[in-house]
Amino acid sequence: MARLDRPVSRRQSQWLLLAAVTAFAPLAAHMPVWLALFAGAAFVWRGWLIQRGGRLPPRWLLVLLVVAGSLGVFFEYRSLFGRTPGIALLLIFLSLKLMELRAPRDAVVTVLLCYFLILGQFLFTQTLLTAFVTCLAVAITTAALLAANNDRPTIKQQFEHAGRLLLQALPFMLLLFVLFPRVNGPLWGLPEDRRTALSGITDAMAPGTIAQLSQSDAIAFRVAFTGAFKGIAPEQSSLYWRGLVMPDFDGRTWRISQTREAYTTPPYAEESKRSKPIDYELTLEPHGKRWLFALESPTTLPTESGLTRDYQLLSRQPVRSRMRYTQRAVPDIQKGLTDPPEVLQESLALPKNSNPRTRAIAISWRQRHGDNDVAILQAAEDFFSRQLLRYTLNPPLAGSDSVDEFLFDNKRGFCEHFASAFAFALRAAGVPARVVAGYQGGEINPVDGFLVVRQYDAHAWTEVWLAKQGWVRVDPTAIAAPRRIDSSLATAIPTNETLPFLARNDMAWLKAIRYQIDAVTNGWNQWVLGYDPQRQRDLLTRLGLDTDWRNMTALLAVLCGAALLLLTGWVLRQRERIDPVRRAWRRFTAKLTKRGIVWQPWEGPDTLAARAASQLPAHATKIHAIARSYARLRYAAQPSSTGLVELNQSIRDLSL
Amino acid sequence: MQPSEHHLLLTQLLADINRIILGKKEPVRMALACLLAGGHLLVEDLPGVGKTTLAHVLARVLGLDLQRIQFTSDMLPADIIGVSVFDRASGAFHFHPGPIFTQMVLADELNRATPKAQSALLEAMEERQVTIEGATRALPAPFFVIATQNPTFQIGTFPLPESQLDRFLLKIELGYPDAAAERELLAGADRRQMVAELTPRLLPPQLLELQQKTRSVHASPALIAYIQALAAFTRSSPLWVAGLSPRAGLALLAVARAWALLDGRDHVLPEDVQAVLPGVIAHRLRFHDDTRKVGAGETANRLIEAVPLP
Repeated sequence: MARLDRPVSRRQSQWLLLAAVTAFAPLAAHMPVWLALFAGAAFVWRGWLIQRGGRLPPRWLLVLLVVAGSLGVFFEYRSLFGRTPGIALLLIFLSLKLMELRAPRDAVVTVLLCYFLILGQFLFTQTLLTAFVTCLAVAITTAALLAANNDRPTIKQQFEHAGRLLLQALPFMLLLFVLFPRVNGPLWGLPEDRRTALSGITDAMAPGTIAQLSQSDAIAFRVAFTGAFKGIAPEQSSLYWRGLVMPDFDGRTWRISQTREAYTTPPYAEESKRSKPIDYELTLEPHGKRWLFALESPTTLPTESGLTRDYQLLSRQPVRSRMRYTQRAVPDIQKGLTDPPEVLQESLALPKNSNPRTRAIAISWRQRHGDNDVAILQAAEDFFSRQLLRYTLNPPLAGSDSVDEFLFDNKRGFCEHFASAFAFALRAAGVPARVVAGYQGGEINPVDGFLVVRQYDAHAWTEVWLAKQGWVRVDPTAIAAPRRIDSSLATAIPTNETLPFLARNDMAWLKAIRYQIDAVTNGWNQWVLGYDPQRQRDLLTRLGLDTDWRNMTALLAVLCGAALLLLTGWVLRQRERIDPVRRAWRRFTAKLTKRGIVWQPWEGPDTLAARAASQLPAHATKIHAIARSYARLRYAAQPSSTGLVELNQSIRDLSL
Repeated sequence: MQPSEHHLLLTQLLADINRIILGKKEPVRMALACLLAGGHLLVEDLPGVGKTTLAHVLARVLGLDLQRIQFTSDMLPADIIGVSVFDRASGAFHFHPGPIFTQMVLADELNRATPKAQSALLEAMEERQVTIEGATRALPAPFFVIATQNPTFQIGTFPLPESQLDRFLLKIELGYPDAAAERELLAGADRRQMVAELTPRLLPPQLLELQQKTRSVHASPALIAYIQALAAFTRSSPLWVAGLSPRAGLALLAVARAWALLDGRDHVLPEDVQAVLPGVIAHRLRFHDDTRKVGAGETANRLIEAVPLP
């Protein structure tokens, strides 16, 4: 144990500075610039002081700096509490604490601050890289803690020792990770990067919205197929990840209309005669919105979610952290046969006076086929294929009559143009139709077998309501670019158009590396970040520990308590029992200390008595008597039974 | 004899010696403690500071026979332990005991002899018997060796190895007398004459009884713990080449007991241990940094101040 009166050595200061810098560096990016500069300057100043051996700044200056820094934080965030201001304050304290390393206690405080701030990183980002950085920082800080107690060993020994300690702590860490009761959702709110870099499908679709998404290779969600499709994903062309239903059209933009859950259980049959159900587990990356994605048609709903009247899957809360749900989809269920008339009415509404050419041709279909909606649908599909529309990422800018322009003039468009035009045409012909936005396809990562769906897989298609069939999915893009649906985006668009790297088909080896990295990230997400109450329960059940979180908390508390008790008992046993003779001696030396005679722990009773007697000649006799009687009690063969009483008495009588 | 009688006797002994060896109360007391503890004494100092006189006085007051062996570089083991000589008259070998067969041996300038001769003496010290041509002969009891050696920086010396140094219970230095003592010495009578005039205070059985008494001085658990802590500290400290051996710990305890007896106490105090510590460690602890000529007293102080009393 460090002696409390020993100053912090130069080497120890260097260690602490290193630890502080490692704790600070990853956080700097999340802090305002002035604060990063403030702390950085303090570190440089401290390093310079260590190098030159200068004097530490006076206390009043430090107080001034603390007040200035705290005020800065307050004006930056309008608060001193909460995640970011709290971390900012601690960073200021840490940078200034280094300026007052006077005793080992200061060193220990610094190290504890470092540990806390290292942990604070997880409030901002929780990637695998963060975990690596954290491990490194913890090793350095632990080495600094060891150095604070003993600065003799070499750097290598220090790190070896720290590594050994951390390895010893590893089993406990794993045990606590596995057993510590989990709560739904993160404990301290969310890492910031979850909220800022959100992208994905929005609740409105205008021409160009999805084409823009096709430039992003960010992951939308990952899917692991289970049950009948475990290991063999269903065909690409059947993977329509239904997201938002947009029945509301203003001539240019399609919007959702339903944001309320109408059903908590699916209002349609759960069995289909024609196809096998598809079981899968979907891990959705946070996108900050409420909608969830699912294959058609879900027969079970994730917890805390429901279906809107147009069968859009909605979560009760916005998806702010990674969310995992298991689903069963039955592809060929008839649904919407009993939809209320206002839903169908909504799916027929058109803005007035727009796109006259399309309206005209649609009305001609109705006139030709009468009540036969199926024939009208066929006519529309035929028309689309006759127009020789081209599928491209870079369609010309749309004017006021966007559907007419697309179908008759430039004939080039991305999936939203196709879906929009198709739905418009059918509505104009009097067939209920609506646009659906979601993702189509995805890519199997051969490393871990997960299907990865990225933003560039975003897609839009239409749903058409037919009597006796209900809502039927029709993808007009497939008419012009069937390969988009059967294969992938890259095969469907012209080769001279730019795509995100991962969406392209060349550079196979780089792609293989990306697969590996993505599989590792996915493992981290699934098993570390995604270790939620459900996962915990599954794992413990598999281990034979079928118990709820209350029992587990109790068990953990009992285990920890027992371990602590054992440890305490052991430490207490190690400590020497203080016998009454020594206590008496301490009282005596305490009395002498008041007169400025400090007992050195190596001084024998006679030595001290001689020294004290020479300084306090008036009490010489008494002092010698006390020392002698103490020495007899402690060192003689048969101390007298009354010796202790006499000793205590004479110490009481000694009035210095 | 009662405890007070012991004390009185020992006080008289010390007074006798101090009358002849002037101004050397501390080393004299150490030397006597060494003999009470039944150990051998090593005296290191420059020639002429009274090493030999000290041995003479000690032998005289304790009533012991003294033989002096002057070690030289051409000395052989037989010169020390004796030799068998063929007697023509009886037609058999007769053993002629060497000077070592006596109660007290003054081994003068031990480090001037070759290691071979040195080890002959040192083996006898350890075993308290000598084996010559297959016959083991016991040495008298009590048996003491007081060896003197010149400082090792002097020319023509063979330094004793650590293992052999360890056989001496104590090592003391006499040093120059202070001014007053030296004036008294110069003014006083011939020291040899004074030694001859001394009357022995003890008979050998009484000395053995005193040694027995020394061994029975009480050492409490706290004191034993203190000695152990001292030894343990020398082993973990980086200051010294090697720590104190368990034998050194035993030596420390034995001398501290004798010191307590000289003080008229029946139990050992930490002060006793601290007082004899320099003599016990002087020839046993060697600094890593050998160039610094740190005296035994300073070494002992550093050790004492580093180890708190348990």
